[in-house]
Amino acid sequence: MKHRYIPMTAQDQADMMKVIGISSIEELFQDIPASVRYPGVLPMSEALDEAALLKHMKELADKNADFERYTSFLGAGLYDHHVPVVINHVVSRSEFYTAYTPYQPEISQGELQAIFEFQSYICELTGMAVANASMYDGATALAEAGALASGATKRKELIISRAVHPEARQIVRTTARGLNLDVVEVDYKDGVTDLEELQALVSEDTAAVIVQSPNFFGCIEDLRAIEPIIHSKKGLLVVSTNPITLGLLETPGKLGADVVVGDAQPFGISASLGGPTCGFFAVAEPLMRRMPGRIVGQTKDIDGKRGFVLTLQAREQHIRREKATSNICSNQALLALCASVYLSTMGKTGVQQVANLNVQKAHYAAGVFAQQSELALAFDAPFFNEFVVKLPDGANIDDVQAKLLDNGYIGGYDLGIAYPELQGHMLVAVTERRTKSEIDQFVNRLEACL
Amino acid sequence: MKPDKKLIFELSKPGRVAYSLPELDVPEVNLGELIPESMLRSQPAELPEVYEVDVIRHYTELSRRNFGIDNGFYPLGSCTMKYNPKINEDVARFTGFAKIHPYQPEQSIQGALELLYTLQNDLATLTGMDQVTLQPAAGAHGEWTGLMMIRAYHESRGETRTKVIVPDSSHGTNPASATVAGLETITIQSDDKGLVDLDALRAVVGPDTAALMLTNPSTLGLFEEHIVEIAEIVHEAGGLIYYDGANSNAIMGITRPGDMGFDVVHLNLHKTMSTPHGGGGPGSGPVGVKSKLIPFLPKPIVAKKEDGTYGLNYDRPESIGRVKAYYGNFGILVRAYAYIRTYGPEGLRQVSECAVLNANYMMHRLAPYYEIPYPGVCKHEFVMSGRGLKQYGVRTLDVAKRLLDFGFHPPTIYFPLNVEECMMIEPTETESKETLDSFIDTMIQIAQEAEQNPELLLNAPHNTDVRRLDETQAARKPVLNCACN
Repeated sequence: MKHRYIPMTAQDQADMMKVIGISSIEELFQDIPASVRYPGVLPMSEALDEAALLKHMKELADKNADFERYTSFLGAGLYDHHVPVVINHVVSRSEFYTAYTPYQPEISQGELQAIFEFQSYICELTGMAVANASMYDGATALAEAGALASGATKRKELIISRAVHPEARQIVRTTARGLNLDVVEVDYKDGVTDLEELQALVSEDTAAVIVQSPNFFGCIEDLRAIEPIIHSKKGLLVVSTNPITLGLLETPGKLGADVVVGDAQPFGISASLGGPTCGFFAVAEPLMRRMPGRIVGQTKDIDGKRGFVLTLQAREQHIRREKATSNICSNQALLALCASVYLSTMGKTGVQQVANLNVQKAHYAAGVFAQQSELALAFDAPFFNEFVVKLPDGANIDDVQAKLLDNGYIGGYDLGIAYPELQGHMLVAVTERRTKSEIDQFVNRLEACL
Repeated sequence: MKPDKKLIFELSKPGRVAYSLPELDVPEVNLGELIPESMLRSQPAELPEVYEVDVIRHYTELSRRNFGIDNGFYPLGSCTMKYNPKINEDVARFTGFAKIHPYQPEQSIQGALELLYTLQNDLATLTGMDQVTLQPAAGAHGEWTGLMMIRAYHESRGETRTKVIVPDSSHGTNPASATVAGLETITIQSDDKGLVDLDALRAVVGPDTAALMLTNPSTLGLFEEHIVEIAEIVHEAGGLIYYDGANSNAIMGITRPGDMGFDVVHLNLHKTMSTPHGGGGPGSGPVGVKSKLIPFLPKPIVAKKEDGTYGLNYDRPESIGRVKAYYGNFGILVRAYAYIRTYGPEGLRQVSECAVLNANYMMHRLAPYYEIPYPGVCKHEFVMSGRGLKQYGVRTLDVAKRLLDFGFHPPTIYFPLNVEECMMIEPTETESKETLDSFIDTMIQIAQEAEQNPELLLNAPHNTDVRRLDETQAARKPVLNCACN
């Protein structure tokens, strides 16, 4: 009966039942029909004491190949960046992590200010006017961006590049089906969106062109060339981006994007089998009141002190119900805090330096791959920290991955899974965590595994 | 008066750093030779320049200006603000869970897949459903996933059903999720006992009914006594019924949505399963379905293979598709699994019994002082109306603000919408009788203050970091970032 999280003693129970005027707990459940009552004990996993639970969880964890024991060259949307140690100390403060959404601003200024600073960081990095408090992840943020574009333009067609993350495209499609929107895919050419085909597809019916830059292949899209194609037809340009690239790459805002989304995972968030990460969502000023999700604004209290509140709530589900701009309620606030602490830690010079380390090491690695007789780079387009390597014809990537794993490496992503025409192509990510010797040895080992 | 808390941007001083990065160990190439100048940033991002102590003191100060469950009682109705166990935090940070990638070969993530598989099955057993997906990232995300499956199910049978029925006490996410799933909402009035009005339900069901969405116990804290009949009415009309699991903390091990006749269920792991709400997220909203809906579940599903290993099944031709990148909020799922293993099935039943007893105790003690619109037995939460205080010029909002002065988080206020000046109180099972009594005594004192000294409430809070904030101004002239440049 006793449990460390439940304080009720037998005496408490007796006292409380007396106040209520009942003689058994059962009387509190009389309103549940007997026919739907569960008669016995549910056949679920059994309880474990604290030590046994720790041991069990450790055993499960140890069955996984993690990035500390293995050297990872896997990216494809989630990256093995260094996580500054201060981040875990900050997000472990339970005033942050055990709080609910800041509905009572007078006792939630800490969270509200942290979100306000997160919004400020996202605006500064993306070059956009307004950002929200976060979305579930980059992929669902992209789907919401498509929905926003349709609402803003009163058009039903989304054109999305095949060089956008395959899972994000799938979610855009699921979301579009719900909203009865059409999704048209535009192919890629030489690793980037095919601009001729895009030009031919875009029309007065197009709500948005959706691209990712750097795209799924790691290649940087020519946003300057894409922007006029859609804006000349009065549709919106939606750009998904990896925010760590914005330490060096031109902001999508400056290049004409109307909506910029992405995943802040590179900013100090564990890969954690893909979640929880942190989607971000930023828009140009005219789209502000169409944004999904929570938004924090600055204001004053009755004494004139600066303070922060949830604002523009007339967009949201708890006010607007079926007329809301989105159904999102919970977001990823604690991960937005991770990203904010990361950016506070890196600061103006750190975000440039870490981006440069990624660019330099990835290009060094690409150069080493290109020198191997059996390996080649698939695309020539400019890239950031990820590129595509073509293995020799007939190479079995599953076998290669298994052999790499045996040698202590987590290999790159098998592009053949999502792109039938790219069988035998591996997407390789190189972050600042990879050393020259790890890169050299990985390339050698990969050749040896063929 | 203390000065305003500075923004991190306002602490910046050029030349300071808080990071430590490795030296470049490959030959450096001029950036312009690697990436065309036209693609590079013309102006650096103006982020603050601070050192590590600034970072720690800044966020420590922010944390001190924030209220979580670890600070005190948090009876926020329908949010189930129970204690967030520390062991769950520790295990989720194990390297073997935190530093793994979803695209690693399946053989290298067997422990993670085993955990997911077991959790899927445990949640299916707990809810009485046949299969569970762990992908949805939050409750509303689960609602949308469930409705998309309901829509796909009807379409697979060649039926066009576009209407989703919700009671007037439902969460705002229910109608919002229906819209995003391309369905229309019909709202029905509750009867005078606060329950679904069966006649009203009968009047709106028909060949266009896709689903009824129901929270049971409802947001009024009441169990739908006629749930079996409700399910029959909807099913006979060819519709399905959807269980909003926000209030599952009342029923674990006692009754199951699957046995009540529900076809689709979502759970909020950040409520019922104790995972921390993080100041707004991350959550997790697994969805369970009856067998007829299994083909439509999002892909992939974690499966156990014949050889005893675990894998991801993508071969699901009728699936609604993917709803979230990768496999869900795994770090939250690890915590929820640890929670289930902490209690086991009998412990979870005890959780619900204590949560319900606590709520009924509070309701009975507060009844002489506040109007209880639906007296009788409540489940894990109950509602009160503050309209009796309006004669003193005081509203529920003022009661909530006054509670802040006493170190309590207020209840949910002005929801559900069908109760005037509503306060919705959910104590959870992790609060002691002493804490409940202290809160109750404070509420009684506030009711007396409202009568004798209403100014005290109208000007509350008095001792918080900031006082009442101008929300109108915030919305009329939005300042949404620091625009520090």
